[in-house]
Amino acid sequence: MKVLVSGKVEGTVLKSKDAINFLGTVDKKTGIISDKNHDLYEKSIKDTILVFPSGVGSSVGAYTIYSIKSNGTAPLAMICQKADLTVATGCALANIPLIVVPDEEFSSINNGMKLSLDTDSSHPLQYQ
Amino acid sequence: MELTREEESALKGEQGEIMEMAYRILVATGEATDAEKLVPIEWTHLSGVNYNTIGDAGEEFLSSISKDARVKVKTTLNPMGFDIDNVSNYGLDENFISKQLSIRNSYETMGVIPSFSCIPYEIFDIPKDGTQVAFAESNAAIHANSYDNLKTNKESAFSALASALTGKSPYSSLRKEDSPNVSIRMKVDDPNELTYGMLGFFAGKVGDISVNISGLGEMDNRQCKAMCGGMGTSGTCAKFIFGEGDSGTEKIDFDEKAMQNVHDELNTSEKGDIITLGSPQLGLEEISELAGKLKGRTFEKRCMIFTPRTVKEQANKIGYTNELERAGCEILSDCCTCLTPLINKDNVDAVTTNSIKGAFYLKNSNGVGVNLKSLSQIIEDETR
Repeated sequence: MKVLVSGKVEGTVLKSKDAINFLGTVDKKTGIISDKNHDLYEKSIKDTILVFPSGVGSSVGAYTIYSIKSNGTAPLAMICQKADLTVATGCALANIPLIVVPDEEFSSINNGMKLSLDTDSSHPLQYQ
Repeated sequence: MELTREEESALKGEQGEIMEMAYRILVATGEATDAEKLVPIEWTHLSGVNYNTIGDAGEEFLSSISKDARVKVKTTLNPMGFDIDNVSNYGLDENFISKQLSIRNSYETMGVIPSFSCIPYEIFDIPKDGTQVAFAESNAAIHANSYDNLKTNKESAFSALASALTGKSPYSSLRKEDSPNVSIRMKVDDPNELTYGMLGFFAGKVGDISVNISGLGEMDNRQCKAMCGGMGTSGTCAKFIFGEGDSGTEKIDFDEKAMQNVHDELNTSEKGDIITLGSPQLGLEEISELAGKLKGRTFEKRCMIFTPRTVKEQANKIGYTNELERAGCEILSDCCTCLTPLINKDNVDAVTTNSIKGAFYLKNSNGVGVNLKSLSQIIEDETR
């Protein structure tokens, strides 16, 4: 496990099989995924622990992550399978905790699970 | 990643919110790229200037941080969306102009040199060999690594901004060592700048972080820039290493067929309605050469020329501007062929250009057709 942006939160998992292109896929005012072809279509990422394989697309997507945080529609934390610079810098700008987990752990996290994340702890991820 | 006590303190917020954010960006970038520590850098070049690319979210972010953020090292800036001297000729909407000016003001407030240029390596002095810099403009990063003996990764707008605010960058990838696993052999005869642009584009697709490249003859400045611009457009690669590489590397030929594939991908029109020159922006040498080639000739279509403001001022003094304007050129500073709102598909179907980088963005972002030609071909076909 790698900690890219540290922090401590508790919340409910919203998991996506698809990668997320923050620029153009997320409605900044509501946090709702607006891409019809995405498996989170019409779901809101607001106040969730968003679990997804990785970010894709333009690095400008980092500003979108900053915007959703400013608008109060951002996830509480993000958990990815692969580090990508757009999500890493976006979470860094917005101060949203971000960790990258190994494939096995990624597969074991399910939609709707309650999780607590504390990046300073020796066991950062606790399943409730 | 190992941090010093001072860096830890900044990350905890003990040196203010701006430093906390900047170090968060450096740590996130460093962890994502397996850096072991941060190292000092002496010069940063920022992207994320054009309102067309960063939008309202970027404008608001910069406006907000510029209240407190100040750059710590020499920091230069990529082009924006227009040239303030002649923006009124182009019918841009008020919102675009005011948002772009807000972005400019935010950067100036932070202490950034308002160079609005994608060729910092041509208009600023180059530091001594081996100096660590942080360039977010891809063609400039590639030029710095390949021709100027500087060290930079292909930075993002954010990692470069964080480096500007802290004077540091994650020590990873091209900042350390590089040993390319691909060697490209140039096999095309009689190359011009368009050929080198396509070679760069091809190299960017097959290379990962850097590539070896062999079979190059003497190249002029325009050809070197074209090759860097092409590479920066197509991938993550940020360095040419001139030579064949060792025997273990995979050898790939750039031959007529490979070149044709790149050409077919980017050349979408038989002819253009207007001509653009300058992506990367033209330096003084190229302006001088162009003025010479246009002696006694006039363009039969609009020809937009993009050059940094400092070069435009020098060109004015020397008299090149008069010569170019007489030949029908529109000279624009502070902006570039790439991502300019001055060219849009409502009034232009296709653009003729010798730039592979320009072609890529005109096609994909501006949504116009592209007709690729070398400069000498453009002058032969489009002037009389």
